[in-house]
Amino acid sequence: MEAVLALRGVSKHFPTHCAVDNLSLEVERGKLYTLLGPSGCGKTTTLRLVAGFDQPTEGDIYLNGARINRLRPYERNISTVFQNYALFPHLSVQGNIEFGLRRKKHPDITRRVREMLDLVRLEGKESRFPAEISGGERQRVALARSLAVAPDVLLLDEPLSALDQKLRRQVRTELRSLQRSTGVTFLFVTHDQEEALSISDRVAVMHAGRLEQVGTPTDVYLKPATRFVATFVGTLNWINGAGLRPEAVRVGYSGPDEGRPCVRATVVESTFLGNRVHVEASLSTGERVVAELSRAEGPFSRGESVRLWWDPADELRFPAEAP
Amino acid sequence: MTRLRTLFLAPASTLLVVLVLCPTIVVCLYSLLTRGAYGGLGPPWTAESYLRLFDPLYLKLLARSLWLAVVSTGLCLLLGFPLALFISRAGRRKQVFLLLVILPFWTSLLVRIYAWMFLLRDTGLINTLLMSLGLTSEPLPLLYNDGAVILGLVYGHLPFTVLPIYAALERLDRSVIEASADLGARPLSTLWRVILPMSMPGIQAGGLLVFIPCLGAYLIPDLMGGGKSIMIGNLIQNQFTTARDWPFGAAVSLLLMALVLPLALLMLRGKPGRLA
Repeated sequence: MEAVLALRGVSKHFPTHCAVDNLSLEVERGKLYTLLGPSGCGKTTTLRLVAGFDQPTEGDIYLNGARINRLRPYERNISTVFQNYALFPHLSVQGNIEFGLRRKKHPDITRRVREMLDLVRLEGKESRFPAEISGGERQRVALARSLAVAPDVLLLDEPLSALDQKLRRQVRTELRSLQRSTGVTFLFVTHDQEEALSISDRVAVMHAGRLEQVGTPTDVYLKPATRFVATFVGTLNWINGAGLRPEAVRVGYSGPDEGRPCVRATVVESTFLGNRVHVEASLSTGERVVAELSRAEGPFSRGESVRLWWDPADELRFPAEAP
Repeated sequence: MTRLRTLFLAPASTLLVVLVLCPTIVVCLYSLLTRGAYGGLGPPWTAESYLRLFDPLYLKLLARSLWLAVVSTGLCLLLGFPLALFISRAGRRKQVFLLLVILPFWTSLLVRIYAWMFLLRDTGLINTLLMSLGLTSEPLPLLYNDGAVILGLVYGHLPFTVLPIYAALERLDRSVIEASADLGARPLSTLWRVILPMSMPGIQAGGLLVFIPCLGAYLIPDLMGGGKSIMIGNLIQNQFTTARDWPFGAAVSLLLMALVLPLALLMLRGKPGRLA
């Protein structure tokens, strides 16, 4: 496995706080690697260190095995899709895409621009200005502009956050297929766990400047290494000291087969969602539990007494910390 | 809504009508009358003054004034842009530098021009210093020439370029500059291809704010040009005072206005939306 990008013990201190704390990670070539975490966890700072906009206080950054700490942004073959896209307002769509190609003296700019317009489906819009196109189109210009220079790594800083909810789902799928078809390594930053799980090859969950866990989306969701990861990536119930995902909890009037853990609860809310049923129940201790059931299992009425049970194999344990 | 708007605009529009429109009409009328024997003016109505504008002597003066104003504006922009760029990146000291730019306005231009004359004249500080050091035997001709007038115009108007350019640079999104570097542009390339074009509205506004008063300047060429390097503003002043030829003075004034107006309109027609 070849790492195109590697961070070794990277820290970034600001006068008031430490944004990135001894971070090490390796990004494999041609993969979509996601930094996932709440706002202020240091993921954007990490991206800025990789791009070269900020210098790490400690540690080293390697691109294709070469240390790039001291290289200026224009000396690194890395490009960025900014959160607000940062398109050049005085240049047309074509001018924006050409910008990097001209700076890097690309031998056939016309052909490359055409390829990019075709890739992001913006043919016919090349003479428009950023102010004259839609938000989704701007995002595609930003992508085309950064992909045109054939970067070793493409950094994406919450590129979907400026789009509306409906467009976001569609664009993230497009982003994923674009990544697959171009084979470019993507380093993607987001705070949206659904986004991260749905498109990534690898997810790195960050918290307070540190890496909590790195793994495939399935690993991170089903085998969270820490309580933080378990609660940040998806919903987590706590029943008798066991961590349970909503879909691992079963609800019924009678109990389960013998040998399964079971507790009594009262239904607080039951919502019919078409293909599934969402049940919120309250334990005798007052704790709330959320369960996702199939349509056949529900719905329930408010105030009904029910039993909750689960398969012990679905319990999440965090050996590193006390529950 | 319309009534409220009229009410709110009333003070400003009254002021503009009384202080700008009325005098302009008066000047228009003056320019079409005949000068009186002892100053003042009277009938008959005539376009005589306008015809005199085509005298090569005055056309040459006009060309000179335009030239001096263009050079001064160019120098103001050349000096003002880097200064504005520096201030916009000065972090917390920004306010201090901005204050320093505005500081000269706290004293009268007249006083400041006299200070320059004290520095530049034959017996002034610079020449005295140079001669006492034995660097020159004769005083250098620092005052009363075109160079001195340009120096004065640039000095007097520099803040008018710095402030609008600074405002334009302040509005510039930092991530756009980062995007430029990210795509392989070196700092000079970013300056030329991103920062400069994006601050163009400020540069245009600053240029216009300097060009218009420079073209009509009379105090600075009067004092620092010493009668040898006069501009169109001095001609107007002259006609209304020493020469007592009000109709001709009025005609020259209107010519000046006619030169400046198209420029101002051109600016207003600019497309600010594209850079918004």
